[in-house]
Amino acid sequence: MSDKKKELKPNTYKFDTLSLHAGYQPHKNAGARQVPIYQTTSYLFDDVDHAAALFNLERGGHIYSRISNPTVGVLEERVASLEGGTAALATSSGMSAIFLTIMTLCEAGDHLVVSSQLYGGTVNLFRLTLPKFGITCTFVKPRDTEGFKKAIKKNTKGIYGELVGNPGNELMNMPEIANIAHEAGIPLIVDSTYQTPYLCKPFEHGADIVIHSLTKWMAGHGSSMAGILVEGGNFDWMQNEKFPTMTKPYEGYHGLSFAEEFGPTAFTMKARAEGMRDFGPCLSPQNAWNVLQGLETLSVRMKKHCENAEEMVKYLSNHESVAWVSHPSAPNHPDAELANKLLPNGKGSMIAFGIKGGKDAGVAFINNVKLASHLANVGDTRTLVIHPASGTHSQMDEATLKFAGLSHDMIRLSVGMEDIDDIKNDFEIGFRAARKPRLVSNQ
Amino acid sequence: MKFEVNGHEVFASTGGRPFDKKKPLIIFVHGSGLTHMTWVLQTRYFAFHGYNSLAVDLPGHGLSSGKSLKSIEEMADWVSSVIDAVGHKAASLVGHSQGCLVTVECTSRYPNKIKTLSLMGGAGAIPMNPELLSLAENNDPKAVDLMMDWAHGPAGHFGGHPVPGLYHINTGTMLAKSRTIQNTLGVDFRACDNYKNGFEAAKKIKCPTLSILATDDKMCPVKEGKKLASLIDGSQVDIIDNCGHMMLLEEADRVLTVLKKFITSNYPPLSS
Repeated sequence: MSDKKKELKPNTYKFDTLSLHAGYQPHKNAGARQVPIYQTTSYLFDDVDHAAALFNLERGGHIYSRISNPTVGVLEERVASLEGGTAALATSSGMSAIFLTIMTLCEAGDHLVVSSQLYGGTVNLFRLTLPKFGITCTFVKPRDTEGFKKAIKKNTKGIYGELVGNPGNELMNMPEIANIAHEAGIPLIVDSTYQTPYLCKPFEHGADIVIHSLTKWMAGHGSSMAGILVEGGNFDWMQNEKFPTMTKPYEGYHGLSFAEEFGPTAFTMKARAEGMRDFGPCLSPQNAWNVLQGLETLSVRMKKHCENAEEMVKYLSNHESVAWVSHPSAPNHPDAELANKLLPNGKGSMIAFGIKGGKDAGVAFINNVKLASHLANVGDTRTLVIHPASGTHSQMDEATLKFAGLSHDMIRLSVGMEDIDDIKNDFEIGFRAARKPRLVSNQ
Repeated sequence: MKFEVNGHEVFASTGGRPFDKKKPLIIFVHGSGLTHMTWVLQTRYFAFHGYNSLAVDLPGHGLSSGKSLKSIEEMADWVSSVIDAVGHKAASLVGHSQGCLVTVECTSRYPNKIKTLSLMGGAGAIPMNPELLSLAENNDPKAVDLMMDWAHGPAGHFGGHPVPGLYHINTGTMLAKSRTIQNTLGVDFRACDNYKNGFEAAKKIKCPTLSILATDDKMCPVKEGKKLASLIDGSQVDIIDNCGHMMLLEEADRVLTVLKKFITSNYPPLSS
């Protein structure tokens, strides 16, 4: 028997275990092994004192499912645990999670510095809708790290971006941009939908708030809309005077200071207490449950997605009909080194490629593939394709398209989990049609 | 609110209500390396029900300035000074873990100032694992990870926070890492390890006392908590099943219910 003293190690649960168990205690739910769907709008109070205490945040619990719901709560804790965050708040979609985050952070007159390479819906929110609330934005190309610094003004309240931009797959240097944000006393907000916490945990690289469209890889099955914001718990809201709604007494809760009372969970508490109360983009318990089913297999699915994606990168890179391929796993990708550092478990399953023949060829390809689905979603278990310039990003003008790194020959591919040979065979049909676009019907 | 004790600024949460000298005072004392935020699910209730609720940050912790105090005895004297500094003659004390050592010592030293004593996850002595102590004193974040592991019961490891959306272990980790580990957790652990007077101090306590213990508490097991309680005349004991050392968060509602009954019956609030 060895005399060697056993090293102390924390026995907190690891990723795969958390994805199955976090946030749920069967013994408090009639012993139900599966998370129950609490299909209810409201919850009984013990007495008037209990009701008042819940409304006043004196004790934890549920009041009304617009604010919180036990099934949704399990999902929130589970995602917080997987991300390494302190707290999370689930919403009806990824877009509502973004909107709620910005409305919790900013007031009229505030400004944000935003990566130019984002999902088209997000671009429209920042470019067209937020100015209606008095919140302005400066867009910076994701690789222009210094540009983020230069764009910060006195009234800037945060930096926002996607680690791997949609759809061009350009990376932003998250650790360096986090440093820039923190030197300016503002948080970095990262939409990590493309990565999921299996591929990257942004809090480990300096992000302060993480957003997901849970509709995508986190759920995987393409059946349910859902979004979430997750708080890292490390940002000091009291370090300066920039965030009075976090630090000063809030009239809506008898003079509560969220930062003083809740510290590492202050942002989520405010987003729920104020944002869900006033805007109400709540997630249905059924959809929360659906997402939980997907989360149970997250790591298994992400491995397969990444494996298929890397195969597709090789296939497309050597294909005569393809002008260019962009994916962080490609050795010639300008951000390959950064991707290796930030995405050690895989580079994700989103590929952008240019098809020879430009827009007409792209349209013919999309119209003729049979297995790949032409639709406005990503992160399904099935392979998905779209022509962004005429689909997800079609509301942008020429100049904005160019600034966002989009071209008319670009196809956005979300690689699914089908047999890789079947995906390749399907693409051959699309490429054949693309080479003769005028001879193939556009049905 | 902020006030001064021994020349240093002290931060204490008042539970969201302005401090009112007419109301009876309850002081909440946190555990090793932690802050006032561990008490949020108890302090706000008392603040809105006729009490001055003060969840203090010990010197050098959370939002309080100064250096961490190096002994439990110094901390006990400091708590007494807090009562003076806010203009009260007496208070009820509530402690968690290391905060139990502090409040037991304070009550034995200043019996006329303490109206009731509530201990959560308490023991008469908290000897530290030498390796954990060394990690904390060497500023190793693993000390926090180990503490959070041991401080939460099996159920708490899965989550199930009473406040929807909050995740226990990561929240506790962030609190414990909010200041330099060796200057907070390291100093606190050493103070706990050095403190030997808990059982003798307990014998001197005459005020109403409550001990809340948890069956899955690895850091201050039920057996140790009962031993301490047995030395205090008329001490009440409440044991929570399926719960770890962080009972004030893991079973916040149960703790509040027991605490509310005990404090209001022995130290009534100012009626509105």
